[in-house]
Amino acid sequence: MERERWINIALALLLLAAPLLALAAGEAFYVTLATRVAVLALAAVGLNLALGLGGLVSFGHAAFFGIGGYAAGILAAQEMTAMPPIWIVAALVAGIMAAFIGAVSLRTSGVYFIMITLAFAQMIYYFVISWPAYGGEDGLPLAVRNQFPFVNTLKPLPFFLICYVLLLAGLLLFAWLRDGRFGAALQAARQNETRLAALGVSPFPIRLTAFVLSAMITAVAGALYADLTRFVSPSMLSWHLSGELIVIIILGGTGRLFGPLAGAALFVLMEFLLGSLTERWQFFLGLVLLGTVLFAKGGLIGLIAGKARNG
Amino acid sequence: MNLLALSGVEAFYGASQVLFGVDLEVGQGEAVALLGRNGMGKTTTMRAILGLAGRSGGDIRFAGRGLSGLRPHERARLGIGLVPEGRRCFPTLTVAENLLIAARPGPWTLARLYELFPRLAERRGQPARTLSGGEQQMLAIGRALMTNPTLLMLDEATEGLAPLLRQEIWAVIRKLKGEGQSILIVDKTLAELFPVADRCFILERGRTVWSGQAEELTAELQQRHLGV
Repeated sequence: MERERWINIALALLLLAAPLLALAAGEAFYVTLATRVAVLALAAVGLNLALGLGGLVSFGHAAFFGIGGYAAGILAAQEMTAMPPIWIVAALVAGIMAAFIGAVSLRTSGVYFIMITLAFAQMIYYFVISWPAYGGEDGLPLAVRNQFPFVNTLKPLPFFLICYVLLLAGLLLFAWLRDGRFGAALQAARQNETRLAALGVSPFPIRLTAFVLSAMITAVAGALYADLTRFVSPSMLSWHLSGELIVIIILGGTGRLFGPLAGAALFVLMEFLLGSLTERWQFFLGLVLLGTVLFAKGGLIGLIAGKARNG
Repeated sequence: MNLLALSGVEAFYGASQVLFGVDLEVGQGEAVALLGRNGMGKTTTMRAILGLAGRSGGDIRFAGRGLSGLRPHERARLGIGLVPEGRRCFPTLTVAENLLIAARPGPWTLARLYELFPRLAERRGQPARTLSGGEQQMLAIGRALMTNPTLLMLDEATEGLAPLLRQEIWAVIRKLKGEGQSILIVDKTLAELFPVADRCFILERGRTVWSGQAEELTAELQQRHLGV
């Protein structure tokens, strides 16, 4: 437990140091890479709440990521270019959608839950593709990155810092929820639903709350991602992205606080290093994933910090 | 008035019927023993009361209202607390978390519970899976008490424990009864059970075959129904 805390602090400092060092070396590109890590990690922190703590394998979280992205893109197209309200809109819209999707899909479990969340995400994906007002299949470019009070978001480092702070906020929220009564009940529902019901606690509202919060966090990450790439496209909503978020969590350590950050760093590094060597870098990602599932179930965090208390 | 009344309760596991007509009553403040040999339906009866036994029939009334149609968590919230057989805590959650999940307002608070089980207070930050069998049993009882139940159901609460720990658990059960807690209890140690029980019900092959006071349970009756 103590060891994991030190590793978490080291990971957080490492992510902060990377862009500073890159800038000092005059390599601004790496700042963007670090920002990508922070944003994907935040998206995975959201999913980790549902998947890691609640055992809810949502295969449709790209929908919430994309909703966040389109919230940023559409509001920017309407000349609403301040980031904080965009984040709030992104989180609210995704939260409402998640409440609806969750209310239906949480009545199922196991493979049915996976399939029904995928089905909802695909519905939203095809809706966006066939909706011409905001680019349809071609996507929606953002003319200029959205604004944050007193910060020049056009420069890579300030924008990285915004993403970094939001990632830390997401992690704090995750830790606070996990260690509270709500998190305990959520994990208890994962371990044994009937046992929890016998204590007079219904698992459904707890899971629905987790699912909605999870979607809201992922949506904020989606809004940041839109600003990072200055482009929103239906690919943000595609099932590939849902899969990538799950892969990130498994690589980093399911249910571990800093699992999403470790996983996102590993994912982006492989994408960058191997992707520059071969187009088929995902073959190697597959090998690493296979190795993780077979030999290191706790992911990267589990490998360094040992077995989780909440494993 | 009866707090809990079962009449003609039936239950099925899949296609096979396990309970064929259980009649049972627990009065307010009363401790009732549910007896019978292994596999006669004692655990299933407790599960049926909470709605955990799958398909079931017959009439179960608690605090004057019928329980049919209510789901397990709704029944538990009416004031039924089960200490299940085999302890069954949430293994990766800490002792305190296990207790807090269950908490509902009432006389039982975390502080009062730690007073009853000082060992749980010592281990409050430890995951439940690291506790000894006896400590896990205390946790299971504590967790049920934290729901502030009107009726506490104990299923084999002293099974597989060292004699000293058994004594400790029985002392707690007697203390609870002294405070007026209504209890339905299944246990194999008749010597400890009889002094506590106000009334006994015997199950045989899923039916209530005898009921009465513990003193009326003669050696011959015990021989016939309980095989002791």
